[in-house]
Amino acid sequence: MFKVSREVIDTMAVDVKMPNVGESVQEGVIHKWRFKSGDFVNRDDVLVELETDKATVEVVAESSGAIEIIKKQGETVAIGEVMARIDTSATAPAGGAKPAAAPAPSAVPITPPAPPTVTAAPPAPPPVTQASSMPLSPAVRRMTEEHGISPGSVHGTGKDGRITKGDVIAHMEGGAPATAPSPAPAMMRASVPAGVRTERREQMSLLRRRIAERLVHAQETAAILTTFNEIDMSNVMKIRNDYKDKFKEKYGVGLGFMSFFIKAAVEALKTYPAVNGWIDGNDIVYHDFYDIGVAVSSNRGLVVPVIKDADHLSMAELEMAVGDYGKRARDGKLSVDEMTGGTFTVSNGGVFGSLMSTPILNPPQSAILGMHKIQERPVVVNGEIVIRPMMYVALSYDHRIIDGKESVSFLVKIKELVEDPTRLLVGV
Amino acid sequence: MAAYDVIFVGGGPAGYTGAIRAGQLGLNVACVEFRGSLGGTCLNVGCIPSKALLQSSEFFHHAQHKSAEHGIKYQKVEFDVAQMMKRKDGIVSSLTKGIEGLFKKNKVTYIKGKGTFVNANTIKVATMDGSVEEHTAKSFVISTGSTPIELKAIAPFDGKDIVSSTEALCFEKVPEHLVVIGAGVIGLEMGSVWLRLGSKVTVIEALDRVLPPMDAAVSAEMKKILEKQGMEFMLSTKLTKAEKSGKKVKVTAERDGKPVTIDCDKVLVAVGRRAYTDGLGLEAVGLAPRKDGKLDVNHHYQTAVANIFAVGDVIDGPMLAHKADEEGVAVAEIIAGKPGHVNYEAIPNVVYTWPEVASVGMNEEEAKAKGLNYKTGKVPFMANGRARAFGETDGFVKIIADAKTDRIIGAHIIGPNASELIAELVIGVEFSASAEDIGRSSHAHPTLAEVMKEAALAVDKRSLNF
Ligand SMILES: Cc1cc2nc3c(=O)[nH]c(=O)nc-3n(C[C@H](O)[C@H](O)[C@H](O)COP(=O)(O)OP(=O)(O)OC[C@H]3O[C@@H](n4cnc5c(N)ncnc54)[C@H](O)[C@@H]3O)c2cc1C
Repeated sequence: MFKVSREVIDTMAVDVKMPNVGESVQEGVIHKWRFKSGDFVNRDDVLVELETDKATVEVVAESSGAIEIIKKQGETVAIGEVMARIDTSATAPAGGAKPAAAPAPSAVPITPPAPPTVTAAPPAPPPVTQASSMPLSPAVRRMTEEHGISPGSVHGTGKDGRITKGDVIAHMEGGAPATAPSPAPAMMRASVPAGVRTERREQMSLLRRRIAERLVHAQETAAILTTFNEIDMSNVMKIRNDYKDKFKEKYGVGLGFMSFFIKAAVEALKTYPAVNGWIDGNDIVYHDFYDIGVAVSSNRGLVVPVIKDADHLSMAELEMAVGDYGKRARDGKLSVDEMTGGTFTVSNGGVFGSLMSTPILNPPQSAILGMHKIQERPVVVNGEIVIRPMMYVALSYDHRIIDGKESVSFLVKIKELVEDPTRLLVGV
Repeated sequence: MAAYDVIFVGGGPAGYTGAIRAGQLGLNVACVEFRGSLGGTCLNVGCIPSKALLQSSEFFHHAQHKSAEHGIKYQKVEFDVAQMMKRKDGIVSSLTKGIEGLFKKNKVTYIKGKGTFVNANTIKVATMDGSVEEHTAKSFVISTGSTPIELKAIAPFDGKDIVSSTEALCFEKVPEHLVVIGAGVIGLEMGSVWLRLGSKVTVIEALDRVLPPMDAAVSAEMKKILEKQGMEFMLSTKLTKAEKSGKKVKVTAERDGKPVTIDCDKVLVAVGRRAYTDGLGLEAVGLAPRKDGKLDVNHHYQTAVANIFAVGDVIDGPMLAHKADEEGVAVAEIIAGKPGHVNYEAIPNVVYTWPEVASVGMNEEEAKAKGLNYKTGKVPFMANGRARAFGETDGFVKIIADAKTDRIIGAHIIGPNASELIAELVIGVEFSASAEDIGRSSHAHPTLAEVMKEAALAVDKRSLNF
């Protein structure tokens, strides 16, 4: 048998670390490497997409060189943790570097704020990830790394609760753990036609997990109540019809409903400050600024970018902000900062056809406005049955700080402002 | 008031190890043994003396047949049976004395004599000097072991020419022709000793294979290798009679319904061992052994009498010294109120022929019979650098793993130093290791152990050097 002794390679290595992307973000999951180990990367190439519980973040190369990937796809990395190393002594191959995947068009790369650490060689061997305190067997280590499984989430059936390879396999299949100590007996199965009753399990994305946690948290802590009303959208629709072309021409965006609702909400919030506040311990925090979260769906789940200081923005600026956020949410390009803060949220379930729903609070906020589908319905106006474009609206609120009277009045205020937008102009 | 917390009856691996453990746990403990020395079958007439003779005879065999290949030539290679026996006896006595030292160190009282139950709390001991004393204890552990099975009707032991392993460990001179009844562990080991020293050895076995409990591939390889060394096998052959006829012993057997006769010098009956409870007075406490002589116990090693336990060869399970001592430790811990446990799936089984055979867990036939879905990886020593340098390339390593979970369910080695190599895979089984775990663990190069790594990789069809 032939063995080579490990050569000591003299390299200049630059660490690629998980950047600090926002104060509330502690860790991220490697979503996708654009290169593979050994590839030559150029400075400013987007190296990796990270998924945090708030946003997708891209990290670019600070130096050119050969990349050695340390954290694989699916692995969780903490802020400052080394994800890869770039050997800057490597020279570019003829013809330039080929990224593993073409970079997405409108990337908003986040450059790691920390200066690159340059270590004199030889590089240390890649660190062994150990999410749990118990050392992992070689096969378990390989499998959990390869499949991005947190060892802590695997039920161990080995000696003293150790995780066996079979446990990881069972975990991936989502089934019961392989029973110890006797080897798993052969599966006795009635013959089921293949593909008929299969199920599929996927690890929740960090974003989805965080959404789940927050929703449950909101349900558990706040005293959520929902009040409903309905809005006659005739006037808004008329205004839209009258000005949509001019608006589009002037601002480059369509005049939608959102801007009306945000404007109305800001006015209502000014009138009922508790709705714009929240509970912090034994205090109520009132905000005299109006940062309105707009819930938009993305393929990774619902995200809520925040329109800051909405009270200072024109209808056009509001529409532009909504449009831009929506697009970037779908592309997974929202930054963490853009999704933090927010004193009140507007959620439009109407785009999916919802007629009525009870939105859940976005903690620590105390209220959320739910918009719904506009539907022509017979309504009675001045003793006559007429057909009007109607929308149900819902306000879910934390009853701990918002009284029933306040919440109902708040929603009525929105109704009045949207039904008669002249009030917004006049300020009554 | 009972004088002792616990008395172990029998000072073999089960009894002496358990007594030491009980002493460590602070129990007031005694051990009764009538052999005259501690260590039981294993140290006195089993494991240790047999290994001493196997080693000596293997050295002789090596000098005779294997050294020339290494360029080493001896003018004349001789051996001295008396010296071999003296050396063996020296090892045995120093080890058994060593246990007496351990007893003192761990405050175990050594009661010399044969123990017989009077009642569930009292035992009467006929001491070596002829007196009888009684001892009381809260608990008793029966660790009286086993004794060779005698075929009384067709081949009664005469202590000289028709013998058990005990006598075969002490032949004064090399028998010209030794017939071994039974191709099990003891038969093949003792047969090997005398074969190497020049005996013609014929092994008669009723089944159609050697080493019946081993993996079939191992059995077949073992037979082939021993035949190459000159051992003769008569498989599927049933002994019908062995009797003295003049200076010789006449052995008659039946094969395919036809009688065969062999005239030989000695017959070793190695058809197994039976649990030994003779003279123990079980009836006084209301216990009776099963038909096969074994005692029934629950998983706490408790007999039907709650304060009387039993461990070692006298209960079910493989008749092995390390199984006996694991149980001795476990029962001591249980009696001391602690959780004692033996993992029967991770007990190795070794045959000290050359090459050696070692296994842990299930063999392939068992896996198949259980309907398990499994994969195997098998790699020969021939492919291993160290085995080549050693000049010992016979044999292979075979690992059986669950097809789905990759967990090792059995490992079988036939090859040089298999007895030592198996330890790694025992730890693996104990820790529910997968074949991949072994395959991904670094093994020093060049070592025989690398064959195990290769076999583990071969389970996944990705061995690197084979
Ligand atoms: C030739 C040979 C080779 C072997 N080689 C191996 C080997 O390589 N590896 C291996 O693991 N195993 C080997 N064995 C098996 C091993 O020796 C036994 O499994 C082991 O000794 C069992 O231990 P035990 O304590 O249960 O019983 P034993 O060792 O049989 O000890 C029982 C003791 O109890 C004593 N005793 C019985 N009744 C009484 C009584 N009433 N009062 C007082 N004392 C009593 C006996 O004198 C005996 O010393 C071999 C056996 C033989 C015969």
